[in-house]
Amino acid sequence: MEAFGEIFQYILSGFSTGAIYALIGFGFAVIYNSTGIINFAQGEFVMLGGLATIFFINMNFPLPVSVIFAIATATLTGVVFERLAIRPLKNATPLNLVLITIGASILIRGGAMLMWGKDTHVLPSFSGSDPIYIADATILPQHLWIFSITVLIIAASRMFFNRSITGKAMRACAYNREAAGLVGIDVKKMVLFSFIISSAIGSLAGIIIAPLTMSSYDVGVMLGLKGFCAAIIGGMSNGAGTVIGGLLLGILESLGAGFISASYKDAIAFIILLLILFFRPEGIFRKDETERV
Amino acid sequence: MTEAKRDILGFLLFAAAVLIAPFFFADSYILNVLVFVGINTLLAVALNLLLGFAGQISLGHAAFFGLGAYISGVMTAAHSFDPWLAMLIAAVSTGVAAFIIGFPILKLKGHYLAMATLGFGIIVYIVFNETVDLTGGPSGLPGIPNLSLGEFSFDNDIKNFYLIWAFTLLAMRISLNLYRSRIGRALRAIHDSEVAARVAGVNVKNLKVQIFTMSAVISALAGSLYAHTMTFISPASFGFNFSVELVTMVIIGGLGSVYGSFMGAAILTLLPEFLRIFHDYDIIVYGLLLILIIMFMPGGLAGGFRTALERLSRSRKQGAD
Repeated sequence: MEAFGEIFQYILSGFSTGAIYALIGFGFAVIYNSTGIINFAQGEFVMLGGLATIFFINMNFPLPVSVIFAIATATLTGVVFERLAIRPLKNATPLNLVLITIGASILIRGGAMLMWGKDTHVLPSFSGSDPIYIADATILPQHLWIFSITVLIIAASRMFFNRSITGKAMRACAYNREAAGLVGIDVKKMVLFSFIISSAIGSLAGIIIAPLTMSSYDVGVMLGLKGFCAAIIGGMSNGAGTVIGGLLLGILESLGAGFISASYKDAIAFIILLLILFFRPEGIFRKDETERV
Repeated sequence: MTEAKRDILGFLLFAAAVLIAPFFFADSYILNVLVFVGINTLLAVALNLLLGFAGQISLGHAAFFGLGAYISGVMTAAHSFDPWLAMLIAAVSTGVAAFIIGFPILKLKGHYLAMATLGFGIIVYIVFNETVDLTGGPSGLPGIPNLSLGEFSFDNDIKNFYLIWAFTLLAMRISLNLYRSRIGRALRAIHDSEVAARVAGVNVKNLKVQIFTMSAVISALAGSLYAHTMTFISPASFGFNFSVELVTMVIIGGLGSVYGSFMGAAILTLLPEFLRIFHDYDIIVYGLLLILIIMFMPGGLAGGFRTALERLSRSRKQGAD
């Protein structure tokens, strides 16, 4: 019974980090599907979300207002990045695009370091930190925030991509950009939208995880890479695949940290990634299309 | 003058310039920086074999550099092996590791390859940090001896400069020869189109793994040289950031260009020294420069240089007409 309780506890906490990975991976997939770019700056939006919220709270804004301001800050950064560094490039090779996004991530990280220093900052929990007991395990109110906001975001984006004209247009771009252009879809606008959605979701992920972890200018790197793992496990899909990929990664990582070794927690995520790339490079859910060049 | 002769002459001029460089920069600080230019050139030349010749990205090459450094370091500092023997063992075992992971990794393409090599690099980096008993963990591994030949010890910058540049020049010469050889042409064919290369009878899978292994072995040698020069190593030098820096060197220099790899390595090694004048802003200027160079010089310096030469000769011809 005790072992079961322990496993249950690990799965619960893995669920919440997994939800965060899913949101970040979702941001990766949205940009990848509309542009073919792997945006290595994705993690920096996550970092900006957390740090900017703390910044606005310290300026005595209430939490909801700070959250909105922080999302706006990250989204604006995403828009500026797209306008200045992505849109002007016409025939850049994928390799150069990867390096440009890496350059942008260095730039954003540097900006955050100048603005907020190298210290770690703490964002207070949204609604206290009295643990809640479920069976033998405990969770924090913040975990509930993470679950519900993740579910909300996923549901909203499903609605957006399946119901709205803009969402459908973005999906059309993901299938075939040229054909989408031919039927009158403004592909450039869709690319800009994808950066807006992706940076907004990324920053939100950073905001809801911030009370559980510390925030500093360099937290984005690891979170971004893990989100990328989630997206790849899910086969770079805009939908359920990435969510399940994120949750799977979070749970396996948490179980591995608990039962194998906590200091190799980060390595476990990447070992899972390598195994999946070696044996199911198309992601674990995709059936057709064995190779994406 | 035939192309082969021009190639040899160019290389001899470059080698001569390197060999006399220390006479102009007697300042020990600059000499020390030039030692690092040598190590980074060796690494960039190694990565260029994979990235520039065969067109396969690796975002985890710092791991091979680190493996070389740590195997050499641990064997000599903790178990007092002969440094040259340790260096050989480091190169061979890193090569074997690269050969084994090469087969599954190089099946992947594009972003998936980038992500797999990145993952490998991060795993190795975490192992360096966590195996504290062996590597000393995050606080590093001190007490690595200098290399020596009999009584002659490579214990200062000028000696290390010649030692490291001997390796670097050799690697550059091998790269230049490889570029013009049958294998070099096969690699470039893989770069342009794997399917076409396979149709033309190139054993794509084996060749990719072989060049990956060779690149890893040279990187491991650079790691051993680094460890014995610095006499102290810590995991921070072998992380994801350094892998990115290596890729940047090759791309800024120009994909496939051996001298370009040198230019990229030289610029990225010297840049932080110049950026010191920006104090805390250096990281911002670095990121900005990276973006600007790739936006405005997508073919790297070697590419930009070539276009400039072509334009010059064309305008001269037009003038003659």
